[in-house]
Amino acid sequence: MISLAPLLLATRIHDLWFALPLIVVVSLVYSATRHELPRPIAVGAVRMAAWISGFMLIGFAILFTVSSLL
Amino acid sequence: MTAKTDPSTHPLPEQVAEERIEIDLKDPVFAAFLAWLLPGLGHWYQGRTHKAVLFFVCILGTFIYGLYLGEGRVVYASWRDNDRRLPYLCQVGVGLPALPALIQAKRQTPIQVPLFNDRNFMAPPSVSDAHSGQDELDRLHKRLNHYWELGTVFTMIAGLLNILAIYDAWGGPAYATPAKREDDASDGDFEKEAKS
Repeated sequence: MISLAPLLLATRIHDLWFALPLIVVVSLVYSATRHELPRPIAVGAVRMAAWISGFMLIGFAILFTVSSLL
Repeated sequence: MTAKTDPSTHPLPEQVAEERIEIDLKDPVFAAFLAWLLPGLGHWYQGRTHKAVLFFVCILGTFIYGLYLGEGRVVYASWRDNDRRLPYLCQVGVGLPALPALIQAKRQTPIQVPLFNDRNFMAPPSVSDAHSGQDELDRLHKRLNHYWELGTVFTMIAGLLNILAIYDAWGGPAYATPAKREDDASDGDFEKEAKS
């Protein structure tokens, strides 16, 4: 049986763009509650955004693999 | 009231510089209330303008974008038996921008004029429609499709992020406390030796 996962992904891939502003905003606000000066806020936000993106990518890869196998 | 932390446990120079800053939180409770009322207002009151602008733009921008995605319908207050709008508990964290939903919920009777003369904006959708036999909420879900969920998520996240901002206005930044470096410990030993 041919997996439909890549096809479904292709049709819904544009929805992932909605995650981008959320990652930026969450990273900035969270970092701003941990620091006071603009530079540490920016550095912390970049680090936080990398963590969130990495976590999402790992989750995405696992779910994509599982759905492709089923 | 000022927020201070012990700088000796923070090794990086920029962190040390940051944590030596004494932040005048003025009246923290009033600042927290202002921070809830409008994102960034509490920080503006405390004179922390760059953070005020950041919170205002990020949190209010997220809330307004979510509201736009949901065509002004995703933020509404309802505690009816067949429609308990739990996301509003998160959305109300954004303060004043979410409060028209409470007024709209009170003005659902046909006699009262709706807020902003708009019967739909932040108003709870009717859950039974005599004309079609279909709920307005069902129609909204069908018409807006996944934008309904996206709008709800964006507005909820905005409200939750403002809770972090409220805490920051009340207590100052929650600095990370990395483990004490070994050379810090050795500095301490050196000081002890020098004293003896």
